[in-house]
Amino acid sequence: MGTTASQLGKDLLSEYQELTFLTKQEILLAHKRFTELLTKDEKDLPNTRVPAERILTLPELKSNPFRKRICHVFSTSEQKDGSLTFEDFLDLLSAFSDSATLEIKSHYAFRIFDFDDDGTLDCGDLEKLVNCLTGETDETRLTTEEMRQLINNILEESDIDKDGTVNLSEFQHVISRSPDFVSSFKIVL
Amino acid sequence: MKKGRRDPEAKGGEREEEEEQPEMKRCKTAKRRKNIKNENARKMEEEEEEAEVRNAKRKKKHAKREKGEREEREEDGGKRRVKEKAREGRRRTHTRVETSSEPETSEEDELEEESEESEVRPESLSPEELEMLKEAVYERKKLVQGLRGKPWPMKEKLVTLRESQEFVEKYEGALGKGKGRKIYAYKVMMSKKWMKFQRDFENFKTACIPWEMKIKEIESHFGSSVASYFIFLRWMYGINMILFCLTFGLVMVPEALMGRPYGTIPRKTVPRAEAASAMDFAVLWDFGGYAQYSVLFYGYYNNQRAIGWLKFRMPLSYFLVGVGTVAYSYMVVIRTMARNANESGVGDDNSFNFSWKMFTSWDYLIGNPETADNKFASITTSFKEAILEEQESCKDDNIHLTRFLRVLANFLVLCCLAGSGYLIYFVVRRSQKFALEGLETHTWWERNEVNMVMSLLGMFCPMLFDVISALENYHPRVALQWQLGRIFALFLGNLYTFIIALMDEINLKREEEKIIKFNITMWEASLYNATGSENSTALPVTFHPADVPRGPCWETMVGQEFVRLIISDTMTTYITLLIGDFLRAVLVRFLNYCWCWDLEAGFPSYSEFDVSGNVLGLIFNQGMIWMGAFYAPCLPALNVLRLHVSMYLQCWAVMCCNVPQERVFKASGSNNFYMAMLLVILFLSTLPAIYTIVTIPPSFDCGPFSGKKRMFDVIQETLESDFPAWFSKVFSYASNPGLVLPFILLMVLAIYYLQSTSKSYKEANVDLKKKLQTQNEENKRKNKLAALKAQTDLEEARAATQTAEQKNNNASLQHQHAEEEEDLGSSQRKNGRPPPSVRHQDGRPPATRAPAPRTLHPDTHRSLGYLPGGGFPQQREPRMHRVPSLQRH
Repeated sequence: MGTTASQLGKDLLSEYQELTFLTKQEILLAHKRFTELLTKDEKDLPNTRVPAERILTLPELKSNPFRKRICHVFSTSEQKDGSLTFEDFLDLLSAFSDSATLEIKSHYAFRIFDFDDDGTLDCGDLEKLVNCLTGETDETRLTTEEMRQLINNILEESDIDKDGTVNLSEFQHVISRSPDFVSSFKIVL
Repeated sequence: MKKGRRDPEAKGGEREEEEEQPEMKRCKTAKRRKNIKNENARKMEEEEEEAEVRNAKRKKKHAKREKGEREEREEDGGKRRVKEKAREGRRRTHTRVETSSEPETSEEDELEEESEESEVRPESLSPEELEMLKEAVYERKKLVQGLRGKPWPMKEKLVTLRESQEFVEKYEGALGKGKGRKIYAYKVMMSKKWMKFQRDFENFKTACIPWEMKIKEIESHFGSSVASYFIFLRWMYGINMILFCLTFGLVMVPEALMGRPYGTIPRKTVPRAEAASAMDFAVLWDFGGYAQYSVLFYGYYNNQRAIGWLKFRMPLSYFLVGVGTVAYSYMVVIRTMARNANESGVGDDNSFNFSWKMFTSWDYLIGNPETADNKFASITTSFKEAILEEQESCKDDNIHLTRFLRVLANFLVLCCLAGSGYLIYFVVRRSQKFALEGLETHTWWERNEVNMVMSLLGMFCPMLFDVISALENYHPRVALQWQLGRIFALFLGNLYTFIIALMDEINLKREEEKIIKFNITMWEASLYNATGSENSTALPVTFHPADVPRGPCWETMVGQEFVRLIISDTMTTYITLLIGDFLRAVLVRFLNYCWCWDLEAGFPSYSEFDVSGNVLGLIFNQGMIWMGAFYAPCLPALNVLRLHVSMYLQCWAVMCCNVPQERVFKASGSNNFYMAMLLVILFLSTLPAIYTIVTIPPSFDCGPFSGKKRMFDVIQETLESDFPAWFSKVFSYASNPGLVLPFILLMVLAIYYLQSTSKSYKEANVDLKKKLQTQNEENKRKNKLAALKAQTDLEEARAATQTAEQKNNNASLQHQHAEEEEDLGSSQRKNGRPPPSVRHQDGRPPATRAPAPRTLHPDTHRSLGYLPGGGFPQQREPRMHRVPSLQRH
């Protein structure tokens, strides 16, 4: 798709603008940042995949506890290794941009939180999610008792059909009422 | 093959899949017939295709196409995705067993009739075809517009976009015929151009927002709460810019250009006594000397009614600009508050407390490991707090001690407040004494005492409060509110003591003015006597305006005080920034190599960015501007300058020498809080200004209102002399109490009415919420019951099949069935999805498994109904399993 050209084609650029929530400047910036991640010989190849490790060196993602999940969700790689092409990268930025809709944000948020990719947030997912949010160190971890209580409370609130898991529609229902989800679910280059 | 590539969609909502599934199969099995389905999109190939079409079973294909188009209309684009998939699938090699096409045949019958005429060639389109084509084009356009909101990978979106655009381009022209064609093409072109222009304009607009990149950088380092301060600062800058434009364009520039030049009349000339030092830097820095006698201050303006060739009404303009700045500020603040309230209006229910904490508490903007660590800690505490609150095991160990400590703390704070108030009053009075004795005899400190004391108090008292609040042992959130409230009280107290002291001074000046006025009449009389009887009408020209005695002009004095206050406040802010943040950071950084304990982690460490304190400082600064702007038109300009510098300086300081806060707050909750404080300050700062304007007569020999009894007489004067007589008559009637009082009464009634309606709406809201909740609970209970019932049914069914199969004595089949039931059962319990209808046609007794899903169906389906995109993974296995099992039967 010519993403390796130093300048994006004009048509392609306008297509990207049509397809993402990004402005022209943002797309160009994204392209610049993306090409910086490529090694020399990769720059000549079309449609290069940047492995997840290199994507995660971006300062915007470095300290995010969900960084691996984010790469995984937006990757179109066949091997499921979380590597991103430039277009995947644009998808990522578009979903996290200022002007993206609540619907698309909550969709991706759900997939990021769905650690085992099974389409629902079950107890295992929620536990992993809590562990991500409380950090890696032991002193901030919750005890098993607290964890159990917390997960029970969450399921009590948001599991409307009482099947023991939170599915996408329940998740979006909860998220859509939150006052600050849209303002904090943002990544800006 | 789909599962590997588009993993999420493969898991996609089962309802969707249910629809997709037969279609996918269809697409795959009917490779060569596939193109017919979107015949319109491929008219080039249609000739060959059509031959095939006719050979093949006609009915079926028509039905398919019809169905396809119908679905296109229904679920905009969802279908197209399937087509996409199918097309891609076609390119790859894949072997999939053709399964039953029953669902299609069922639809064929109903669609049979309308499928006849659609086989016409593109050149001779019937009106219906044309209509359909139009609709297809329209659909495509809509798809393109909504494409960015679709959670698909970019590759897919790109392909869809290109194809749709090609399609639209190809057939859009064909739609119009003859005359209409050109117009249509023109319209299309214009709309394209318009879209492009809009997009460019949007890009341009975002590029125009000042400091956007800077703020975003800070946002990504410190999270949204620190950034909210800078956004607030930017907003403030915008307001001040407009205030500045008003005063600059309508007051300062006209006076400078068209008013009498400097030195023509006494009020525009530096008096002889001050002339020698008028250009000294120290004097100018205090806004005395030439600065005092310039457009910057009230006293310079002449009371000439109209100036210049434009007949610009200077006094009127001055008055209206003063009123306008206040009115504009009120309007902006209230409008912003209303908008914020609207935006956050939904977030007031607490029903998802835990889920929000879980799903929305991470601030994805955080890009700094330290901030992230702090955020982890704060999230953990918030979880723990929430759990504790939920358990309601809030035990207070010694309530008497805490009570005593809290009372003590409040007592101490009150002492602080009173002390600071007295100190300011004392200092202001002392400075008046100094002023009477003449400034030259005193040191720099004595001259700037008032401002310095105010700034120092504003700097150190909050720290003191912070220490005191440690006594109280409040919850951090409550503690923060108390802290903010106390700082607010301190600032407000200081400001008002300052104003009261100023009032005293104004009264002193007015006394002085009376004496001087008397002296001047004496002086004039003596002049008159001296020049004698030669020419009684003309004043002697021998006197330079600098020599004419003049009154103290209290308005300029007030203006000067405010300007000095602002300057010293700005200076202290910057100096604390440099010393407290920058110097500290440098010391900590470099002394750390040769110190006995870890400076970075230990006592001094780096400073945090204090969002609430900074916001309060900004708000009070703005309050002073509003108060003083009437007497010193230069204040908004100064403030714009100050904010501009602050923006850069603070951005730099934050990025280079601050560490993220320990408690990371979310910005969204506090926005309206800041605004409310701003509104209170605005109100409190306009009060004294209005009081002085309304009650105190202006000085007799300086300012645009000199010679009038009250400043607002200028309105009366304008009405009388600039408008026709009837207008002033009407105005005087309208302003008489008989009319004004009923009007006010009416307004009060209207406010009362609106308030009561809003109250009733609120009540209705609460009621509805309650109803929703009860309904929800009822639904939950029902679901639980249904699930229970389904489970028991399932058990029964299993038992039944087992007995049946025992009779059958078919060991292998039995095994298989058991397995199947297992799968089915788990999937039903998970999703509440009824098994596909295919199952009923495999010749088995339906009673074995039908009841369970049927009972489940209605409720669960409703509750899941509104989002088709959900993923149900368990679905996959049973289905995969089902296909071979079906064939074996």
